[in-house]
Amino acid sequence: MKNIRNKACAAALVLTSAFADTGQTQQSGNESIERELDTYRSMMKSDPWSNPAMLDVDRGEALWKTPAGPNNVSLEQCDLGLGPGKVDGAFAMLPRYFTDADRVMDVEARLLWCMENLQGFDRVKLLTRPHPSAGMPVKDLGAIATYLAYRSNGRSFSAPFSHPKEKAVLALGETLFFHRTGPMDFACSTCHGESGKRIRLQSLPFFSKPQEARKILGEWPAYRVSTAHVMTMQHRIYDCFWQMRLPEVELGSDVSIALISYLVKQADGGEIKIPGMKR
Amino acid sequence: MSAKPRIRLPDSVTIGEIIEIKTLMAHPMETGARRNADGTLVPRLLLHTFEAKFQGKEVFRAALHTGTAANPFISFFMKVPGPGEFEFIWIEDGGGRTIERKTLKTT
Amino acid sequence: MTNRRNLIMGLSALAAWTRCAGTAEAQGLPPPAVESVVKTLVGDATPIGGRISLDLPEIAENGNTVPYTVRVESPMIDGDYVKAVHLLAPANPHPRIGSFFFTPQSAKASISSRMRLAQSQEVVVYAEMSNGAIYTAKRSVKVTIGGCGG
Repeated sequence: MKNIRNKACAAALVLTSAFADTGQTQQSGNESIERELDTYRSMMKSDPWSNPAMLDVDRGEALWKTPAGPNNVSLEQCDLGLGPGKVDGAFAMLPRYFTDADRVMDVEARLLWCMENLQGFDRVKLLTRPHPSAGMPVKDLGAIATYLAYRSNGRSFSAPFSHPKEKAVLALGETLFFHRTGPMDFACSTCHGESGKRIRLQSLPFFSKPQEARKILGEWPAYRVSTAHVMTMQHRIYDCFWQMRLPEVELGSDVSIALISYLVKQADGGEIKIPGMKR
Repeated sequence: MSAKPRIRLPDSVTIGEIIEIKTLMAHPMETGARRNADGTLVPRLLLHTFEAKFQGKEVFRAALHTGTAANPFISFFMKVPGPGEFEFIWIEDGGGRTIERKTLKTT
Repeated sequence: MTNRRNLIMGLSALAAWTRCAGTAEAQGLPPPAVESVVKTLVGDATPIGGRISLDLPEIAENGNTVPYTVRVESPMIDGDYVKAVHLLAPANPHPRIGSFFFTPQSAKASISSRMRLAQSQEVVVYAEMSNGAIYTAKRSVKVTIGGCGG
C-alpha cells in the first residue's frame, strides 16, 4: 500500500511541477489564488502573540536562565558577541567570529559551544538528531535559539563581516550557494537563484537579490504549520540539503555557517520579525 | 503536559467592561490517525477540555476534538463583574491537567 | 487549448495529492456518521439560518491549521443567551472540531481558534440557544496540501 502511495506521490510531483511551469498562460489564475492565500496568511499572522512558536520562545527563555547540564550552570554567562549574558540585539549581529572558539558561529553553533563548554553537555548527544520530526516540538537548543532571535526583534541584520575569518566564511558561503552538486546536480541557486520561481504553491525567494533576502530572512526561526513546530535556520538548511539529496548537514558545521553567513549578508538591513509563520 | 501555556489578559480593566481573553497551549493534539516514518500509527492524545473559571464559577468551556489544530489557540470574552481570580484548566486524554491562575485587577 | 489542459493536469495533481495526504484510518473505532453526530448535538430540532457569522479563509495553504472566528448574535443575558456552539468538518475522518459553551457572563458569543481540515469541504456550525432554538451556518474552505514527502 505504501509503495503505491509513493508512486502516486511521485506522479503527482511530476504533474504539479509541469502545471507550475506553464507560467504565462496561468498568470491570472495564479494571481487570484495568491490573493486568496494571502487572506489565509494574514489571518495566521494577524496576532503575533498567538503564534505557537511563542510557546517555544517562552520555553527557550526558561532554558536560558535555568541551571542545567553536568556543571549545573545556566547559559546566562554565554557570550553571544556583545559580552557574557548580553542578549538584546546579539542575534542581529550574528554570525561572527568568536576568539574563544577561534571560529565564526551562528546563533545555534554558538549555543552548542556554550552548552558544551559552560554547561558540560555532551557534544555528540547534542548533535544527534538535533532537529524535531513532524509533530514534535523543537528541541531545547532550537527553543533557546528562537528566544535569542526574538530578543533581536525590530532590529536589522547588521553583522559586519569585518574579521578576516568572517570574510573567508562569507566567501565560502557564496561559493557554496552557487555550487552544483549531488545526484540531482542542484545548487541553492537552482531554486533560489531567480525571481518568481515556485515549487507547487510555495514561492521561492531569490536569495542573491538583497531586496528579496531582506524580506524573508528575518522570519526565521518560524512556526511551520505543515509540521506543527518551529524550524530554525540550521534546520532549514538541513532540510534543503535533504531535499537536494545531499549528505546530512551537521548542526553548526562549517557549511551551514557559511551558507547562513551568505544569506545574512544578502539580508543586511532587513528587519528581524520573529517568529515567522510558514506553511 | 509540561509546557507553560500563554494567557493574555488586558492590563487594566473597568468593572462592566467586556474583555477578550486569549490562551495558547502547547499540545500535539494527536488524532490517532497520523503515521510515524516506519508506518506505525501515532497513538491518539488530545487535549479534550479547556475550562475558564472566574471567582470559582465557570465562565466558558471548550470541548476539543480531532478537528482542532495542534497547539490550541482559544480566544473568548467575558464581562468583568469586579476584580478576582481566574482559573484556567486544560485536561488531556488520560486525565493530565494543567492549571494556571491569573489575577484580574480593576481600576 | 493550453489553459484547459493545464487546469485538468493541475486538478488531477491536486487530487493525487489528496490521496497522498490520505484520509487517515481511525485507530480502532470506525468514524461516526456525520448525521448521528449532528443528532447527538442538536437532537431533533430543525436548525434555522441566521445570527451566525463564520470567518474562515477561502483557501487554506495547509489544512493542519486553519484560523477561524465564530460569532453568534445574542443579548447574552439570563434567559436569552447562546449556550453552545458546535463546529463540524464533515469530510474529516472524525467530523467534530470543537464545542464551545458560554454563559451570560461571556457577554459575547464569540470564539476564535484554529481548526484542522483533512481536505477541501464545507465547515458547518450549530448554535444552541438557551430557549432550545438551533441556528446553523456553513462555509466552504479549499485546502491545498503543500507538501507530500518533500
